[in-house]
Amino acid sequence: MVMNRKPALLLAGLAALALVWAGCKGAQNEGAGGGGATGQTPDRDVILIGHYGSMTGDQATFGKSTDNGIRLAIEEINAAGGLNGKKLEVRTEDTASDAQKAETAVKRLVDMKVTAVLGEVASSHSMAGGPICQRNQIPMISPSSTNPKVTEIGDYIFRVCFIDPYQAAVVARFARSSLNAKTAAIFYDAGQAYSVGFRDEFKKAFTQMGGTIVQEASYTSSDKDFKAQLTRIKAATPAPDCILVPGYYTQAGTIVKQARDLDINVPILGGDGWDSQDFHTYAGANITNAYFSNHMATDDPNPTVKKFVEAYKAKYGATPDALAALGYDSAKLLFDAMKRARSLNGPDLRDAIAATKDFDGVSGKITMNAQRNADKSAVILEVYNGTFRFKERIEKP
Amino acid sequence: MEALQLFLQQLINGIQIGSVYALIAVGYTMVYGVLRFINFAHGDVYMLGAYFGLFAVTGLLANQTPLVQGLAGLLICMAACGAIGVLIERAAYRPIRKSGRLAALITAIGVSFLLSNGAQALFEARPRAYIISGIGDPFKLNFGALQLILDKGQLIILLAAIVLTLLLVYIVRFTTVGKAIRAVSFDREAASLMGINTDTVITLTFLIGSSLAGAAGLLSYGLTRNNFDPLLGVALGLKAFIAAVLGGIGNIAGAVLGGLLMGLAEAFVGGSELSPFRDAFAFLILISVLMFRPAGILGKNVVEKV
Repeated sequence: MVMNRKPALLLAGLAALALVWAGCKGAQNEGAGGGGATGQTPDRDVILIGHYGSMTGDQATFGKSTDNGIRLAIEEINAAGGLNGKKLEVRTEDTASDAQKAETAVKRLVDMKVTAVLGEVASSHSMAGGPICQRNQIPMISPSSTNPKVTEIGDYIFRVCFIDPYQAAVVARFARSSLNAKTAAIFYDAGQAYSVGFRDEFKKAFTQMGGTIVQEASYTSSDKDFKAQLTRIKAATPAPDCILVPGYYTQAGTIVKQARDLDINVPILGGDGWDSQDFHTYAGANITNAYFSNHMATDDPNPTVKKFVEAYKAKYGATPDALAALGYDSAKLLFDAMKRARSLNGPDLRDAIAATKDFDGVSGKITMNAQRNADKSAVILEVYNGTFRFKERIEKP
Repeated sequence: MEALQLFLQQLINGIQIGSVYALIAVGYTMVYGVLRFINFAHGDVYMLGAYFGLFAVTGLLANQTPLVQGLAGLLICMAACGAIGVLIERAAYRPIRKSGRLAALITAIGVSFLLSNGAQALFEARPRAYIISGIGDPFKLNFGALQLILDKGQLIILLAAIVLTLLLVYIVRFTTVGKAIRAVSFDREAASLMGINTDTVITLTFLIGSSLAGAAGLLSYGLTRNNFDPLLGVALGLKAFIAAVLGGIGNIAGAVLGGLLMGLAEAFVGGSELSPFRDAFAFLILISVLMFRPAGILGKNVVEKV
């Protein structure tokens, strides 16, 4: 029989073709919220504010919650008369949970001549959109991107949330002092700047406090099965006292479930990326002994928080998450700066935002520091049988 | 001892992943065997299976016992996906069957886009998850100091994969329908000259392959609570396709073997320092096998007819 290499070549070619095709597909979901307003000239009597966020894709609840928070804030501002009689209006562009799309979304907002830009949630998306705002001298306030590099883009980029080094240090302190953990394993998302940054800062803080990292493993956002890596973490010597999973809720929920299935019962820790009610859908309703740091707790007795939670419930019929609160805070803080600014030009508005001091936000009292990051407190939430509940508040050291 | 425990646990993890790949790979391989073309929409049919399972278990069968949910859900998924497979063949592939391989390939990619985007429009883009309740805690098998953990849901997946594959082998080997499928696969023109209705055989092939993908859709998500979204068919379908090529495309036993090998490679690479390169390894294995056995592990090299 004569060997024939043709089928092999054909199949290898097909496999390569399929790869390219899969690559295209990953980036294809066109936004539901996007596009509609493109090309319209701004009305002179309204102040346009742009929001870019993941309205679809695997971080869809992030974008939707943030957008809800922003729209609630704008509604309240307009009901109270707007800015000297001028109404504010939000234009939302979808990033489809994709960094490349985030860049396009911000370009569209710039074309619409927005006064300021709010967004994004995922740090890698904010880092794609930020440089465009900086170049066009349009102030951008990220509601909830926690990677330090986001505001390092330039002097037009701000945020109302705390940053990863602070958040990771809070989680490390919680692990060391409240849980008394001496060893930790880290299981992070290698494809997300948020997750990698969190890992680095946790490692630094945890070892500084006398702890040891015994095992590190990574996954990617497209993974569905994490048992291979978890089995390796379980076999680490010495055994970890806790496992840090600094990813987003879709994967973190599944990871927590699969860890418990593999009889890994130590505390599992995370950051604000866990904060979505969908976490319980993926993890199941019988998870305990898992904790994450967050920006706010809805069961906080603070009057500002209470008022926001009630207004949100009345408008959307659901309990807000922290992202909604941060979206709300970003819009309210922007409006506060607009009131103080000499004009709504980029440089004037930028200076007004930079001068923000003790702004009474839902997510805490916010002061902009020299790095354009918010100085504020953090809370630890506990995953408890299908709900999140307040565990403890950690003040800024 | 600990190393042995780790090895055996990864072996179990790998076989569990592999059994799902095997079920999907069988669909690729059957269609290739009969039509000599890759049905790239097959992974998306699997994705639809996961959604049909979600709607069946949490909607239609919400008040039934877990056993009824599982079995009736399986039948619903197999029937719905089988019907969709047949519909795809009728509407998209049959009209261009004589237009050459490239046209068929492009059409398949088009159908795949249609299904994944259609699912996004209909079912929302956010990932979903569900589980047929009552599966209970995983088995813990103790052999002295050795403890292995076996998830019941994944054990059922493995058993179902074995049963469905054996059923398929029985159909193809020992029934008249199977004989017809093999005849068409061997030489379509000659088979049609012998009085075999090749259109019916092709329809049947799509029916069987797609219903297996539907079964895999329900099993791999409804029994594990793993999350899924409308784009999952692309990534998983690609891996199952590699599995089919690896085992020898056109060969059913090869597809099962390829699927299991892919699952094992994923578990062992994923559980090592090389975990970020897990998917790259799939291609590395494919390339190295094709270098030495161009037709795949169990594939036969045939002389091209000129």
